[in-house]
Order: sequence, then C-alpha cells, then structure tokens
Amino acid sequence: MNPKLRLATVWLGGCSGCHMSLLDLDEWLIDLAAHVDLVYSPIADTKIFPAGVDLALVEGAIANDEHLELVHTIRKQSRILVSLGDCAVTGNVTALRNPLGAAAPTLQQIYVDHGDPRGIIPAEPGIVPVLLDTVVPVHAVVPVDHFLPGCPPPAPRIRALLEALLEGRTPDAQGPEMLRFG
Amino acid sequence: MAAKTLLINGTMVSAREDETILEAARDAGVKIPTLCHLDGLSDVGACRLCLVEVGGRLRPACTTTVSEGMDIRTHTDALKAYRRQIIELLFAERGHVCAVCVASGHCELQDMAVALGMDHVRYEYLAPTCTVDISHERFGLDHNRCILCSRCVRACDEVEGVHTWDVAGRGTSARVITDMNQPWGESETCTACGKCLLACPTGALFKRGATVAEMEHSPARIAMIVESRRVRG
Repeated sequence: MNPKLRLATVWLGGCSGCHMSLLDLDEWLIDLAAHVDLVYSPIADTKIFPAGVDLALVEGAIANDEHLELVHTIRKQSRILVSLGDCAVTGNVTALRNPLGAAAPTLQQIYVDHGDPRGIIPAEPGIVPVLLDTVVPVHAVVPVDHFLPGCPPPAPRIRALLEALLEGRTPDAQGPEMLRFG
Repeated sequence: MAAKTLLINGTMVSAREDETILEAARDAGVKIPTLCHLDGLSDVGACRLCLVEVGGRLRPACTTTVSEGMDIRTHTDALKAYRRQIIELLFAERGHVCAVCVASGHCELQDMAVALGMDHVRYEYLAPTCTVDISHERFGLDHNRCILCSRCVRACDEVEGVHTWDVAGRGTSARVITDMNQPWGESETCTACGKCLLACPTGALFKRGATVAEMEHSPARIAMIVESRRVRG
C-alpha cells in the first residue's frame, strides 16, 4: 500500500470560505482520510508548518508579514503547492484595499478617517501581524503548481483536484467546472 | 454581389465580398472569440481577441474584409497564447473582482476567461483608483469593471442616436464618459433608454439596486432592435 499523502491546508489572507467548501465534501472526507495524513491545518491542532509535506492547499492572499514568512516556509517544505480559491489566485476581496494605497494610509482611512467611533490604528509588535503595502496573490511570491479558482471553489472542484493528485495525475484545468472565478 | 473564395484553417470557404473575416468564419461554423464585437453595432477592433493570422500576419477578424485567396488561420498556438495574454491583461488592468460583481455568472469577461483557459493572471495587478458613478436615477457605472470595449458608446450613438457616451483619456487612464465628462445623472443628452446596459459585456454598467450576480445584460436585444428597424424600413 502507498504511504499516506502528507496534506497541509493553510489559511492566509482569506475568509476561510475555501476551507468551508473543503468541509462541504461531506462524507467523501472519510474516503480522503484513508489516503492522507492531515499534518497542518486550521482544523488540526498544529502550530508549526512541518517539513516533508506532499501537498499544501493554500487559501488566501499574501496580506501581512506573517503570510509572507509562512508562504516561503510552505513552498520550501511542500512538494506540491496549490492556490486554493480566488484570494490565493488573484488577491480577490483581500486585495480590494490595494487602491487605497500603502499600509499606513489604508489603516488611517479604515480605522481613523472612517472609523466609527474614531479608532486607533492597531499596533502590537509581535502579536498583530504587520500589513504589507500591497496584497498580492500567492504566485507573486512563490512558484505555484496548480490554481483552483472560485470564491469559494465549489466542493466538487476541490474533490476533482484532490482525486487527480492522489492518483498522480495532473489536475484538469479546463472548462467551467474547474476554472470559473467568483 | 460578387463572392470571394478563401481558406479558413485549410478549408475552402466562399464569402460575400463585403463580409468581414469574422462573419465569413461564423458562416463557416468557425467560432472566433470576441468581446468588443456586438451584432447590430459597427466594429472597431478594440479588444484584439479576434486576431487571426492572414498569410502569417496578424489581423483583427472583425474589421478586416475578406479578399480573394486569403489564407486564414484562426486558432494557432500563437493566437491562443495571445488571446490568453489579452484576457489576463484586461483582468490586471482594473479591479475585476468576480466574487463581488453584479454581473458574476452573466459576464462575458468571466466566461471568456474560462473559454481561454485562464487559471491565473501572470501580470502584476495595477489596482488603479476607479470611481463609481451612481448619480443617475436608474443606472450605475463602475469603472473597475469596464474593459473599454466601447459597446455602450456605439449602442448609444448608432442605435439610440444620442451619443451620450464617449471615451476620454489615453492608455490606462482612458475612461468611458457621459456628455462632457460630467456625472451621468447630470447628462442632458441621456434618454435613460438603457441600451448601454443591454450592450455592456461586464458589470461596468448596471441597474441601481442590483447586487452580486443579479445583473443580467441582454446584448442580443441590440441586434433585435436594429433588425426590426431595418425590416420596417
């Protein structure tokens, strides 16, 4: 029997909707569990991204210094990296702030100028991650092996990708079932 | 009218002498992708998606008239690569966020991305500051979603006969404008007929009050209006 695939799922600058869609695979998750070891995930109690990951599903854009550091670790320690969902693939909703300018003017506009009541800019070094000036998709920072668009990608789309990768095939990246953004 | 004989992807085809390559290809059952073309309106060759190879040279199919003996290729690997580049550049140029767009699910840009196999954009997103004009009583304009196809401009000018819309500026600063670049709601020429909304391929023009995925355009109705008028003379 093949050894189990070491699977990591990561939640960067996104809303966790892609992970919700993953959970929408319902009973197929039980089949999946027979083939994978979930070694890192928001739904697993692991704090450190482990070495020797076979497949990393990355949800969310790169929006702060924590994401930036983590995505380099993920790339270094994962054989296959998949951008899961529109935020990882395009920046999407997470990147809507980009036209507001760099991190400082963005925070000023959101927390102070339009804050109700007028707020203060969060700054807790070492606790609150520092925003990057520009939100970028994952492939703008590290090479990505497969892209799975969708906000969120529908569960059958995630399943099709996982089935292909489990069988050692290249996932099909054609047609509305696999590609549609939004 | 004289007929011309030409080759489309190696197949002999005959076309009327005043037909464009796009029309001749369509008659021959060859589908060439387009965004700025809309049946019923004149062609301007703005989006470049319909580029084809004619004797090895690139020509926009929508604005090139057929001629005798043309040797046309519509789907070479090079053309497919160019088309994908074009669609990626359109997505990179403005804030096209399908997830929060009124036209999601009914958008020609979104559909074209699927058709051309765009799984990600290789270019840096420009993230420009784009305004939203909701000064009009019934309609809105979001420049984030505009691809400058100018279908609204042509529908307004050629079908409604008003020419409220035009394009101002150059390059990435180009924007569709109403009248003398004043808020749409203050336009003196706009008849609020809504033909620009019918023609718009994306969520750039929308009915006020429409939220995510609620805006359905009806581009085919432009051709219907033009045809009905022609029949009545």
